[in-house]
Amino acid sequence: MFGLQNPTKFLKFAKLTGPWFALASALLIGSGLWFGLFSSPADYQQGETVRIMYVHVPSAWMGMFAYSVMAVASAIALVWKHPVADHIAKGSAPLGAGFTLICLVTGAMWGKPMWGTWWVWDARLTSMLILFFLYLGYMALAGAFDNAERGAKAAAILAVVGWVNVPIIKFSVDWWNTLHQPASVTKAGMPSVDPSMLLPLLLMGVGFTTFYATLLLWRVRSEILQTRIRNIRLAQIHGEG
Amino acid sequence: MTPRKKRRLMLLLAGLAFLGGAAALVLTAFQDNIVFFYSPTDLATKEVRADQRLRIGGLVLEGSVIKDGKTVRFKVTDLTKSVDVVFTGILPDLFREGQGVVAEGRFANGLFTASDVLAKHDEKYMPPEVADALKKSGQWQGQETAKPQGQMK
Repeated sequence: MFGLQNPTKFLKFAKLTGPWFALASALLIGSGLWFGLFSSPADYQQGETVRIMYVHVPSAWMGMFAYSVMAVASAIALVWKHPVADHIAKGSAPLGAGFTLICLVTGAMWGKPMWGTWWVWDARLTSMLILFFLYLGYMALAGAFDNAERGAKAAAILAVVGWVNVPIIKFSVDWWNTLHQPASVTKAGMPSVDPSMLLPLLLMGVGFTTFYATLLLWRVRSEILQTRIRNIRLAQIHGEG
Repeated sequence: MTPRKKRRLMLLLAGLAFLGGAAALVLTAFQDNIVFFYSPTDLATKEVRADQRLRIGGLVLEGSVIKDGKTVRFKVTDLTKSVDVVFTGILPDLFREGQGVVAEGRFANGLFTASDVLAKHDEKYMPPEVADALKKSGQWQGQETAKPQGQMK
């Protein structure tokens, strides 16, 4: 893929594009927060509480997006054995876990005043919690082996298998009746969010995506460099012995 | 693609297809347990023990809410059938007539005694002025207001 499976080329690419992603995410999240918190109307039913949406919904999207990146990268690592794909999967996991946790916490904070409860075991909330546990399981499994390669392989299989949960999260609100309302934006037809509220939501959504890209590039870079340091040390030890 | 890579790819795809099928079967089999609440129509067709905790969901029927101190009585409807609900406690802010609601409790002798009432809202977000304007112009496609119907008890 554009030669990016080559670690040296990836390092170059990350160094070149990283600052731009960082700049874009600062601008997008900054303007998204401005519109979301100050320059957008309150909801006709929910009042000011609706502003939680501008953090909750993008972090839910990113939780699922980061998992999908992790699953695709793991599949590529399993079939083609590109080391960079392994690094991408490994780097994506804590980021996705963070977004998923933000989604769960802000969801609870939104649920209490609107629904009257912090938490219910409906299909949407439960499948999102499972996503969080899949991330934790992936990270634990990847680190549980003395041999890093074997750990990466076992974790990659878990990532690919666990991807089955992503469409379940997405369609849980359509397949079963849930306390959580159905999709407002990612559905057929027009979004059922007023344009004045859709603007900050989309700004935050794109901003979260570029923020994720910034951190991912950063993590993959440090992973590649770490591998190189390890290889140099190993060569030194074997050279001396 | 080398034969080994091709074999690994095929194995992965076959595994995924198998897994997807298995997940679909499991979810279909547990359909009844995954739903968060039953509708009043479900309740009418189901055998329910008096000591069984369950949830019902639907819209609060317009004009059916009677408050008496901390006890409130209302009807939950799915626009075909409705169920009488009695609840003692604090209602969530979003509880209003014509709005979605989920009640948890026990069903006996045609009366649902709720221990918890949760509000359910729809997926529409708009400023109040837009909602008013839509209602005025007759373009309102929001939550269907639950009006009493002939065949309801």
